[in-house]
Amino acid sequence: MADKLVAENVGKTFVQRGRLVTAIADLNLRVAENEFVSLIGPSGCGKSTFLVIAAGLDFPTEGRVLFNGEEINGPSIERGMVFQSYTLFPWLSVYENIRFALQNRNLPREQQDELVIDYIRRVGLEGFEKAYPAHLSGGMRQRVAIARALVYRPQMLMMDEPFGALDAQTRLLMQELLLRVWEIERTTVLFVTHDVEEAILLSDRVYVMTSRPGTIKSEIEIDLPRPRSPETENSLRFVELRHQILELIRIEAQRSFTLVDK
Amino acid sequence: MPDSKQAVPRSSISRRFSYFELRAEIPTRLYLLAGISLPLLIFIAWWLLTSQGWISPIFLPSPTAVWNELLRQVSDGILWEDMRASIYRITVGWLLSTVFAVPIGILMGNFRFFEGLFEPLIDLVRYMPAVAFVPLTILWLGVGDNQKFAILFIGTFFQEVLMIMDNVKTVPYGMIQVSYIFGLSKWKVLTRVVLPASLPGIWDTFRLTLGWAWTYLVVAELVAANIGLGYRIMRAQRFLQTESIILGILVIGLLGLVTDYLFKVTHRFLFPWVERSLNGR
Repeated sequence: MADKLVAENVGKTFVQRGRLVTAIADLNLRVAENEFVSLIGPSGCGKSTFLVIAAGLDFPTEGRVLFNGEEINGPSIERGMVFQSYTLFPWLSVYENIRFALQNRNLPREQQDELVIDYIRRVGLEGFEKAYPAHLSGGMRQRVAIARALVYRPQMLMMDEPFGALDAQTRLLMQELLLRVWEIERTTVLFVTHDVEEAILLSDRVYVMTSRPGTIKSEIEIDLPRPRSPETENSLRFVELRHQILELIRIEAQRSFTLVDK
Repeated sequence: MPDSKQAVPRSSISRRFSYFELRAEIPTRLYLLAGISLPLLIFIAWWLLTSQGWISPIFLPSPTAVWNELLRQVSDGILWEDMRASIYRITVGWLLSTVFAVPIGILMGNFRFFEGLFEPLIDLVRYMPAVAFVPLTILWLGVGDNQKFAILFIGTFFQEVLMIMDNVKTVPYGMIQVSYIFGLSKWKVLTRVVLPASLPGIWDTFRLTLGWAWTYLVVAELVAANIGLGYRIMRAQRFLQTESIILGILVIGLLGLVTDYLFKVTHRFLFPWVERSLNGR
């Protein structure tokens, strides 16, 4: 499969309170077409920083990020993004939020409406079309955000801990929903999380990052068969993978912990 | 052995319902009743103090005297003329301030350059007393309405612009990032995302600053006016017509209350999508 996204020796250094901080250094990774890849690591390891760079919203200070073989030089509608915090437009209804990005496309109104209705159904928000984000629960808001990012069929989707702010039950339901939607669409996804189970359940491959300066520590192939479901988490292979990744993260977390203590 | 039956400190949230739990909701009728009873109590005290002759009418005229003054000003047509002149000055002065405060505040809230450019100057001027500008504004603008507008502008603008800057800054950065990904240009992000997102806050700033404009009315009509609610108060002071002073203060208070209420109602009507939390709970 062709590589959709490639990071080559990416580094990001910025000035914080007059001091140089290296958020990520020498980071190499690739995401193939139709692949679901997760980036996992302790908090503050720079995984979100990388995602923002991959989205084109910021630029690396070293190395480069290629999308379809070309260096990224700004945000693009082809690389959609779902943030952890709610970025829905509060003055627009669920329906209007999802249609927002479609408006810039030369698409007849009927087709726009069809697409919006289709995605509202896929994320299970029928009956809430006219509701404003303020009147929705956290899980529902993130479903709108996912539908809004998918509706214009971007070539790739960046997700920055999209379920991080949700409670445990809602989180599980959202993972299931994303799994269901993704296994039909197979959009290329780069998913940032610090939840190991979430990463294994959803991904084809998982990159484990080191703590600051963030770089790739190891790469783990998730060879669990698809379609997956929450039941997958009970399989022996899942438990093995979880153990393996947790061990890697534990060592990293410990290292950063002692670093902070010093 | 020490006393083993030591009192366990009781939790302050008890099973018994009380209207005085922190942030507890109370029945609407009780809320309204409380709001009416305090002014009513003050009114009764006022009436008692004056009708019993405990206070000289020069210090505090009776409610009846104020009422008669109201009837006199209404029948003479003074009150309407004063109100018309003052409302006109408030409206123009405040609009003038707003016309400048909105674009400059939006620029300051979005671009650090403009924040750096304007903030030091604004911070300096906003602590200068508006009253002190009265002689200068007369010198510069004469004794007409322009001078009144200028005082209202000075009293309002420098606060308003900073508040609008803060309103704009409450728009989360993620919302701007998402808009860029959706392919919006910088200008479109500003007009189609940042502006609508900060509008409810800006509307609230309008409500507050218009209220402040009312408090500057007397300052604006302090000198070189021959009509207006503030002027009437200053004139009454010279002749010790306390009933006219109190009437003027009450009318300004009521007009301020009405404009405040209008902004509150339109806010609810214009921005039905705003999350309204109950006592922050």
